[in-house]
Amino acid sequence: MATQILMPALSPTMEEGTLAKWLVKEGDTVKSGDIMAEIETDKATMEFEAVDEGIVGKILVAAGTAGVKVNTPIAVLVEEGESADAVAAPPAKADASPKTEATAPVKAAAKAPVEVKSNASPDWPEGTKMKTMTVREALREAMSEEMRANDRVYLMGEEVGEYQGAYKISQGMLDEFGPKRVVDTPITEHGFAGIAVGSAFAGLNPIVEFMTFNFAMQAIDHLINSAAKTLYMSGGQMGCPIVFRGANGAAARVGAQHSQCYAAWYAAVPGLKVVMPYSAADAKGLLKQAIRDPNPVIFLENEILYGKSFEVPDLEDFTIPFGKARVWREGADVTIVSFGIGMTYALEAADKLAEDGISAEVIDLRTLRPIDYDTVLASVQKTNRCVTVEEGWPVGAIGNHLSATIMQRAFDYLDAPVINCTGKDVPMPYAANLEKHALITTAEVVEAVKSVCYR
Amino acid sequence: MAAQKKPTKSNTSKEELLGFYREMLLIRRFEEKAGQLYGMGLIGGFCHLYIGQEAVVVGIEAAAKEGDKRITSYRDHGHMLACGMDPKGVMAELTGREGGYSKGKGGSMHMFSKEKHFYGGHGIVGAQVPLGAGLAFADKYLGNDNVSFTYFGDGAANQGQVYETYNMAELWNLPVIFVIENNQYAMGTSMKRSTKSPSLWERGAAYGIKGEAVDGMDVLAVKAATEKAVAICRAGDGPYILEMHTYRYRGHSMSDPAKYRTRDEVDKIRSEKDAIEHVRDLLVQGGHATDDDLKAVDKEIKAIVNEAAEFAKESPEPALSELWTDIYA
Repeated sequence: MATQILMPALSPTMEEGTLAKWLVKEGDTVKSGDIMAEIETDKATMEFEAVDEGIVGKILVAAGTAGVKVNTPIAVLVEEGESADAVAAPPAKADASPKTEATAPVKAAAKAPVEVKSNASPDWPEGTKMKTMTVREALREAMSEEMRANDRVYLMGEEVGEYQGAYKISQGMLDEFGPKRVVDTPITEHGFAGIAVGSAFAGLNPIVEFMTFNFAMQAIDHLINSAAKTLYMSGGQMGCPIVFRGANGAAARVGAQHSQCYAAWYAAVPGLKVVMPYSAADAKGLLKQAIRDPNPVIFLENEILYGKSFEVPDLEDFTIPFGKARVWREGADVTIVSFGIGMTYALEAADKLAEDGISAEVIDLRTLRPIDYDTVLASVQKTNRCVTVEEGWPVGAIGNHLSATIMQRAFDYLDAPVINCTGKDVPMPYAANLEKHALITTAEVVEAVKSVCYR
Repeated sequence: MAAQKKPTKSNTSKEELLGFYREMLLIRRFEEKAGQLYGMGLIGGFCHLYIGQEAVVVGIEAAAKEGDKRITSYRDHGHMLACGMDPKGVMAELTGREGGYSKGKGGSMHMFSKEKHFYGGHGIVGAQVPLGAGLAFADKYLGNDNVSFTYFGDGAANQGQVYETYNMAELWNLPVIFVIENNQYAMGTSMKRSTKSPSLWERGAAYGIKGEAVDGMDVLAVKAATEKAVAICRAGDGPYILEMHTYRYRGHSMSDPAKYRTRDEVDKIRSEKDAIEHVRDLLVQGGHATDDDLKAVDKEIKAIVNEAAEFAKESPEPALSELWTDIYA
């Protein structure tokens, strides 16, 4: 049967090209792999090979012709004793292109202000017995409880076993769970992050400890390209239940390469869940939830908070769901939104503001993906003013995103522009005085609140 | 590459040889068809064809058992067909349609099959190497005797994470077989221009990993070497490195004019070393099959590939709602 040879697309973007040269003539016999022509694309001159065998019955586009559209018939291949005329006439079929569903453009319609209901609710029953615990102990309890409950959960990282954890989070865990489940790695973040992701593809539930998230920069390709995207790329077949956890953000006097907050970086990535707890109760409840979650979770801790004590519910098992903010302090005049160590400044500022007669509502986001927008919006609709607080850099900050969301969904409620308090737009300096100034200060939060309150 | 040995005898069965012929031919015809559909604009973006390297995956799969895992880079169509994935689902993924293995959301470089233990399909050069060792980590953790075939090319062999993985794989005795498909070109850069030491498998020695070089154009040699590697890994003495000397006939991707090598070089390997012709000769000269028998196989394969292409054209594009699914489990 005679077949048409069509002008091929030879690059992802080619729409037309020049038929530079024919290397066969009418009457020649060709077989698969023979070069038939040279075609110039916008990038290069490419050789065009025959795919089927046959005889060149007719050449339809002469050598030197420019602007030949992709899929135009350029020659006809026939079998022995067959004429090319029969197939030369009909035009190339256009039915190859897929049918596309019509889509209506999304219109930005002006809407009446909608009152948003807060998502905040108690995390455990009223009257629950509480115990005092550091964030460090809370994290350890969360991992140990989940490892007792599910033998596919294991902990991997640098110094997590015999050294008992660089920050002593995993102290005692090697003794309880043994080296199969508390796995010391060489200093090789890129490699062990990839191995852990592969093991999650194959059905395990790894907890990967990065000594600090600064070192996860070596491994970030696996966190994003391998862990976050595979479920989508596989059409839902292959998920990656894994937790990457460790210290994030500035500690004290450790210089620029060890003092970076990655909250906004990871929060930008669909497919990841991002948690950044402040209190010990949240550290425990959210880490247990993270280990049970079937998705990759980035769990951002803070070295300065590790030793801080909080009240934690004395329950056999409790988790805190993602996407639910906590209102730490109710107030009427302004909403301060923060997360992680930023909460230290937010709560201190609220105390100071109270002395000046300003009543601040303080919200801890706790998870940055998903974000509990409703609790923030409900609060802003009540106070009409908002200040965000985070230690990360100012460009592309979580506060920027919250400001945009508040502007879109609660514009009519605002009495002042939202102010984002962030770390300064500089690498972290070493000198004590400079470092202090590079981070946010409580005084800056107080000043920002007074500014939005026109005080 | 040495000239082809005279294929007079082999110590394999007729059925096995015919099976190899069939499976390698399926990959080649499938890839030719994919190239054709790309030319018609039905396949977009990147498309890396496996033509020339067929003996590697077919020989490896001959030594695999149920539960063994495989993972590779973006030149992955051959691996999927060799492990038994449906040509229709693979081709429909290439055309970005609902009937594709990833519902059209992955494309040529990103397909997976839990059922066939095929773990992708990865587009970042070298990233699949620790991931493959991780599959083996899970097997060891769960206490089964499965192995993980972790494929990468001579280009990926220069990525740092490969050596981070070698170290941990040997340290923990993971049941992973590192299959280096050395087709001599990392995109447009020849081995000579990228790599000082000509032998890639010998780099494993620095980490205490055993390995060997194999004629990757000879499916029987591939199978024999893989059987040995698999036995070592199943016995708990992995990992193992197999460096397959192979060759890709086509460009790196569809838009590669391949000016970094001569047409003569390609033609010489095609005429002297072609993996499919080699098995064909074994079949015919060994009296196992006639030209007519093989023509019947050719016809059968052509029908399978045409059916896959038809399916890939007919299958609808994914519903727009698919944009928002499969982001979270």
